[in-house]
Amino acid sequence: MTLEISPRRRVINFVMLSLSGVCTVLVIAVLFFILGYLFVHGARSLNWNFFTKLPKPAGETGGGMANAIVGSGKVLLLATVVGVPVGFLAGVYLAEYSGKTFAFVIRYVVDLLNGVPSIVIGIVGYALVVRPMHHYSTLAGGIALGIMMIPIAVRTTEEFLRAVPNSMREGAMALGATKAQTVFTVVVPAAASGLMSGMMLNLARVAGETAPLLFTALGNMFWSKGWLAPIATLPVMIYNYAIAPDEDLHQQAWAAGFVLLLLILVVNVTARMIIARGPASSRR
Amino acid sequence: MASTTHIADVLRRRNNRSFFERLAGGDEIAYSITLIAAVAILAIVALIVLELWTHSTPTVKTFGFGFLTSSAWDPNSGKFGALPFIYGTCLTSFLALLIAVPLGVAASVFLAEMAPPKLSDVLTFLIELLAAVPSVIYGLIGIFILVPAIRDYLVQPLKAVFGFLPIFQGDFYGLSFLSAGIVLSIMVVPFIISVSREVLLAVPTELREAALALGATKWEATWQIVLPAASTGIIGSAFLALARALGETMAVTMVVGNTPKITASLLSPGYSIAAVIANEFAEASGDLYVSSLIFLGLVLFGLTIVINALARILILTTTRRGMK
Amino acid sequence: MLVATQGQPVLNPAASLPAQAPAPKTQPASKLIARNINFHYGSFQALHDISLEIPTHRITAFIGPSGCGKSTFLRTMNRMNETLRNTHVDGELLLDGENLLTLDVTDVRRRVGMVFQKSNPFAKTIFDNVAYGLRVNGIRKKSIIDEAVERSLTHAALWSEVKDKLQKPASALSGGQQQRLCIARALAVEPEVLLLDEPCSALDPIATLKIEELLFQLKEMTTIVIVTHNMQQAARLADRTGFFLLGRLIELDDTRRIFQNPGKKETEDYVTGRFG
Ligand SMILES: Nc1ncnc2c1ncn2[C@@H]1O[C@H](COP(=O)(O)OP(=O)(O)OP(=O)(O)O)[C@@H](O)[C@H]1O
Ligand SMILES: [Mg+2]
Repeated sequence: MTLEISPRRRVINFVMLSLSGVCTVLVIAVLFFILGYLFVHGARSLNWNFFTKLPKPAGETGGGMANAIVGSGKVLLLATVVGVPVGFLAGVYLAEYSGKTFAFVIRYVVDLLNGVPSIVIGIVGYALVVRPMHHYSTLAGGIALGIMMIPIAVRTTEEFLRAVPNSMREGAMALGATKAQTVFTVVVPAAASGLMSGMMLNLARVAGETAPLLFTALGNMFWSKGWLAPIATLPVMIYNYAIAPDEDLHQQAWAAGFVLLLLILVVNVTARMIIARGPASSRR
Repeated sequence: MASTTHIADVLRRRNNRSFFERLAGGDEIAYSITLIAAVAILAIVALIVLELWTHSTPTVKTFGFGFLTSSAWDPNSGKFGALPFIYGTCLTSFLALLIAVPLGVAASVFLAEMAPPKLSDVLTFLIELLAAVPSVIYGLIGIFILVPAIRDYLVQPLKAVFGFLPIFQGDFYGLSFLSAGIVLSIMVVPFIISVSREVLLAVPTELREAALALGATKWEATWQIVLPAASTGIIGSAFLALARALGETMAVTMVVGNTPKITASLLSPGYSIAAVIANEFAEASGDLYVSSLIFLGLVLFGLTIVINALARILILTTTRRGMK
Repeated sequence: MLVATQGQPVLNPAASLPAQAPAPKTQPASKLIARNINFHYGSFQALHDISLEIPTHRITAFIGPSGCGKSTFLRTMNRMNETLRNTHVDGELLLDGENLLTLDVTDVRRRVGMVFQKSNPFAKTIFDNVAYGLRVNGIRKKSIIDEAVERSLTHAALWSEVKDKLQKPASALSGGQQQRLCIARALAVEPEVLLLDEPCSALDPIATLKIEELLFQLKEMTTIVIVTHNMQQAARLADRTGFFLLGRLIELDDTRRIFQNPGKKETEDYVTGRFG
């Protein structure tokens, strides 16, 4: 005798499975509709002035975001200088040197830092830099974003160094290399492509951060000289323009959103591809 | 090779390096530098907590913990209460999960259990890319696309069917708890999908096969065997999404309406902790005002830490168990 | 390969001994002397009271069933086991009369080179792989490095194959070439002793033959200790052979004796394939 699957169970099976497929399609469709809209609308609002001109004073139309583009670059550069070395070295410590207990503590705290809401990082940047120096600055914005980069930098470094086979470390030490030489001249270079991609992803992640910049870098309608003056950045510009009651500014916000997102997605796709086929990936 | 240099001879002269020579060779220095970096991270986190705490003392001194339960927010008359913001943060996050969890889990079931692996990988890649979209862009989309769409297509039917419920009463102007919840749900769905999929994939294949071999349908195997085995991890993914939603600033600020109000109606404008900080911090004047905002920051910090920690524990327990 | 050698007894080991490998007439000076070496991984004792002598400019082979401690002993000789957590060694290891357990560890590893079971080239160019040992030991002069790289690659019988692609990544080489590259890399720092842990186990017979020929020539330059699972390989290559069992050295003697009339019952059982 055979146990037949009853028609009712068959129908339920079919319906539920289809439903989960429909949900997937729905999620993906909504997300892509939204992004597609951004791309079409943003690209249409984009023009040459956007890249070359300063913002126009309120009420006038035209102008661009040249200062915000450069500003984002400056803030991100500073963030990298602040966040990546600390994160990288701590990642090296976790992967190559640390004992169990202390590593556990550090990993835990790194996770904790990763979970701190970005607006809180903004407050911290304000309290640590803006308040003592009495003005908003590129420096404050860079430090805030730099702190945000640390957790991912640590995790990326640790992960990719751990993916380097131990036999390479032994090979180096068998030649009389010291531990430090082994780590920095064999292990780190072996993980280099992964590390670079990881850091790119990290940078792309903070490139769109707005909240930590609101009261650190603040914003600026003009060019910002040096590192100690308030500075315009793309994400903050998008925010300010989007909530301004002015159709022309809305168009510029779309354009800026388009440029920002394009940059972030390009970096993401490139970095993920490098990681996927990199020699240090755990697949090999 | 007559003039061969004997490497061994060259090297032998370098033998018996003293501590200081090895120091110059970098071994101890390298170790110390990496250790210092690791400790620096501890210090940074300690500093964050310390800064938040010391700067919020004026508020704690003035209002005590009544600050958390008071709903007065009137900077001009020096009255500060956190409740409307806490309410808004929790309500919008809850709404977001209500929408995102069923959708996300269903999608992850499809990706992990049914889609061919190639397709699943491609879709997951795309979904993970969406997690990289900055929140200010979701805010932009929220203001200009979603809010009008919600007003035109969603609110009328909702009112028509569920209008008797207090949550759907009152006028709708666009910026509202509901809008914020929907935008947030779109933002967190990618996280739920990618984590849940991982968790589902960690469930041993033998479990599925055992169920199927006993005559269960694919759906029964998934619903009765796989999902329960993965449930802790899936709940963990929801908590992770919750932590994101709670701390999310820009998208919420742009669509929630920024009105400190506690009402049952989802159609009413509201506020959130992150949003009030984003809006008022730069212009806040007076110690107590600033301090109240920072205290709100501390509350948010504590909330996300607890939720994050829970999420991590839940996800770890299932993926670990699954790997055995 | 493992099955083939352990399953079939070596019927006439003497026949597989090459004619050009006469057992040494006069016992040369000992390069390395182990005295009462005990080794622990945590609470597990992997080596029990090992004492032996490794003669200069000879090939010594270690054989024995899996897990008997051959690798462990080899890795004790250049203190590689110290990189593992929670290990402990006691006893004496004399390298030219000095206890190497008390010398500077990086010097010991430079003087006692090692080639591993699986080739482990660095993610660098072929040239940089070979030059690595020189550079980390402080040699910067380009002329010296160039010369040493060429010489090492020549000694490792690899020069003619790679001389036109020295700047290519080492990962582009075949498995056998990679293993010879690792030998060249070890030779570049002119080690006094070269330890090889089953260097051919991942290679095909032709690549294996190449490496065996190579080792045979290298004993002019250095003292060689090789761990192998392949008894014919030990018989072909080694001047002396040691048999390990369960963390103990059962006996170490001239290869001919070990394979023809070993002193211990256990050794005889193992080399004739009656083991287990
Ligand atoms: N890192 C380690 N930690 C704990 N025990 C170990 C470790 N490495 C080896 N051992 C144990 O020590 C014993 C000797 O191992 P070793 O690797 O020296 O054997 P071997 O003779 O080289 O074997 P094979 O022929 O399989 O390579 C084994 O019982 C093994 O399980
Ligand atoms: Mg071994």
